[in-house]
Amino acid sequence: MFGFHYRLERKAIGLMLVIIVVSSIGGFVEIAPLFTIHQTVEDVPDMRLYTPLELAGRNIYVREGCYACHSQMIRTLRDEVDRYGPYSLAVESKYDHPMLWGSKRTGPDLARIGEKYSDEWHVAHLDNPRDVVPVSVMPAYRWLLRTELRIDDLGLHLKAQRAVGVPYTDDMIANAAADAYGQAVPDSRQAEGVAKRYGKATTIRLFDGRADQLTEMDALVAYLQILGRLTEAPYKAKAQIGETP
Amino acid sequence: MFWTRLNFGKLQVGEHVALPLEDSVIRQLTKKERRLALLMLIFLGFIGAAMGILGRDDPLGIHGVLVFVAAILMVFFLGSEYYAPEPSNDRLARYYDDPSKVGIVMSMIWVVFGLAVGDWVAWLLVDPDLTFDAAWSSFGRIRPVHTTSVIFGFGGNALIATSFYVLQRTSRARLADQLSPWFVLVGYNLFCLIAVTGYLMGVTQSKEYAEPEWHADALLVVVWVTYFLIYLRTLARRKEPHIYVSNWYYMAFILVVAILHIVNNLAVPVSIGHAKSYSLFSGVQDAMTQWWYGHNAVAFFLTSGFLGMMYYYLPVRAGRPIFSYRLSIISFWGITFFYMWAGSHHLHYTALPQWVQTLGMTFSLMLLVPSWASASNALLTLNGAWHKVRDDATLRFMMVAAVFYGLSTFEGTFMAIRPVNSLSHYTDWTIGHVHAGALGWVAMITFGSIYASVPWLWKRERMYSAKLVEAHFWLALSGTAVYVFAMWNSGIIQGLMWRTYTESGTLAYSFIDSLIAMHPYYIARAIGGLLFLVGACIGAYNVWMTVKVPAAAMEKAEDTPLPMFPTGINVQPAE
Repeated sequence: MFGFHYRLERKAIGLMLVIIVVSSIGGFVEIAPLFTIHQTVEDVPDMRLYTPLELAGRNIYVREGCYACHSQMIRTLRDEVDRYGPYSLAVESKYDHPMLWGSKRTGPDLARIGEKYSDEWHVAHLDNPRDVVPVSVMPAYRWLLRTELRIDDLGLHLKAQRAVGVPYTDDMIANAAADAYGQAVPDSRQAEGVAKRYGKATTIRLFDGRADQLTEMDALVAYLQILGRLTEAPYKAKAQIGETP
Repeated sequence: MFWTRLNFGKLQVGEHVALPLEDSVIRQLTKKERRLALLMLIFLGFIGAAMGILGRDDPLGIHGVLVFVAAILMVFFLGSEYYAPEPSNDRLARYYDDPSKVGIVMSMIWVVFGLAVGDWVAWLLVDPDLTFDAAWSSFGRIRPVHTTSVIFGFGGNALIATSFYVLQRTSRARLADQLSPWFVLVGYNLFCLIAVTGYLMGVTQSKEYAEPEWHADALLVVVWVTYFLIYLRTLARRKEPHIYVSNWYYMAFILVVAILHIVNNLAVPVSIGHAKSYSLFSGVQDAMTQWWYGHNAVAFFLTSGFLGMMYYYLPVRAGRPIFSYRLSIISFWGITFFYMWAGSHHLHYTALPQWVQTLGMTFSLMLLVPSWASASNALLTLNGAWHKVRDDATLRFMMVAAVFYGLSTFEGTFMAIRPVNSLSHYTDWTIGHVHAGALGWVAMITFGSIYASVPWLWKRERMYSAKLVEAHFWLALSGTAVYVFAMWNSGIIQGLMWRTYTESGTLAYSFIDSLIAMHPYYIARAIGGLLFLVGACIGAYNVWMTVKVPAAAMEKAEDTPLPMFPTGINVQPAE
């Protein structure tokens, strides 16, 4: 072995090729089967897509780096199931490009935060967390309420999402901007289209409490309220108890 | 670019006693190289302009302006001496160290900046209102500024600078050409700048340690390929039949980081005028790819590259040969093979299939063997030189780095065990572990190597002040200790509070209870970070004075008729 190495370390190209081969094996064995083994992601018929407004909200979540403090992955442990709800299934982040499972809980997990709090609570909390949770160390996102949401390019966003495998239809792409507006303004003409394209269960509300302007707050709250509610599968699965390590 | 003002070339006149005129970076380039540089800068300017126009409604446009302005400034810099006479071929008989000098200076700038931002972020967890009412200054945007500045800005520049230095010495050959090292340095720092300014504007993929968006990622690919080609071309010119251990590690670092970077950053941009893109992978596949990347960024960026540094600077500084050649072979291939399997230990108990989790844990356990082989190889090399460790803070930096390397690889292996991970994951313990590695191992070996190379590179007898090196050492060590102990405590308390049940079978503590319990540790952590930052500032001052002070003394010698010392030194501080 050392004799072979004695010869190998005299050849730059040889050394390079061996490094590439030796280092590639692990990733190949662990990652490639995740795409081919069917059981990796559960088959769930009711799994729905993010609406354009929710996607815009998700992009704000990404932009602000919320993943640094909040996970979206409830582990299969008893205390996590008791604290946050049924553990996360792979299918729930099937349309998440990228996934936001996170690695740190400076704040609590958000995988099942949807509809646990009212819109008003979220708006007040995001505007200044210490107004509702006095000891919170979360930043205040005051600019969300005063920043208008950009929706003119949402069609392009949906198109890019389709390119990476999310099944948005031509109809959804064409109406992305209108749907985003409609979901946050229930009385508007555009609101009907949202339910038609994304299902009757879609939440159509004045998320930030104002009808005069579509703000980034609308989008982020719409996203937070859908977390854990894209499919009923985790709640229907056999009663989850969770492990005790 | 700072060196337009600094006129860096003039700092190393020492090497050009016989050629007092050939002193600036540009004057050392041949006419052909200058022409090529100009063409590349014009091309860069065009790219900047195109990004500016296509992305006019998007942060991409601001990056376009940044790239355009950088290109214009460099064209002016190049133009200032474009028609200067060609350098003589004598230069080819010497090592080409200017890129290493610039790399070290950039590295010191990034570390002071990155640590300062890091400490600010730490204080934000003590008092979240210690910031401005502006989007750019919120925790989620400046945290990646900290991580990118220290990992890629500080670590990356130090790796590039030392790899060029070590490559030439261990090959006994000059770098293959003079332009591509500058391309790598300028391109790399432009990448860091685009990344960091991007986060402030909200341009991020939210993939840990792979936050930069597609346009920055594409730039890094070009830079990285050039970097590796320099390595291969210089190795091809080597006068030594064997490739030294350090170079195996540097090669693995460059190659594997390229593989990881390209695969993990595959994405589809919203449009050519948008900085935003969507990752090609989603959900569980994305999680596995991300942590395959994330864990091996630790392995091949923060370990392999710095082991390359250690295998050169530690034996040279100690004046002892490496303890065991066979141990270095075993540890090199062990690290190269095992590490790539270990990423899934970041995903224990998640929706990732359990067979992958088990594989990740198994290989993480095996990883302890090559890791400790490296650490003990380093420490055993010091046998017979322990008196030097006592007296020389530079060597002590390297020794402590090897100790921290051993400790944090043990801790990492321990935390990869599933039941341990059930407690440690998502808590501050992870943060403590990362900083034991980053402060204790990566930063310590880098500071040791920088303190060793600065006098060698600038032809000084020693650092400006040995006392300041000593002060930096104790600040760095105490800062790391305070930081790591604070995070161990907070992490374990957090983990235990989250899983504690009352006798009636309900959870004993709310999340808020655990947050309140963290407060004193967050203060301690921020103080530990502050100590480390003060140490780095002292280090930067010491490096600067080493470069500057003897030059001032030698300026007097300019008047003497005998050119025993180099003349024409002209240092203008960059303010």
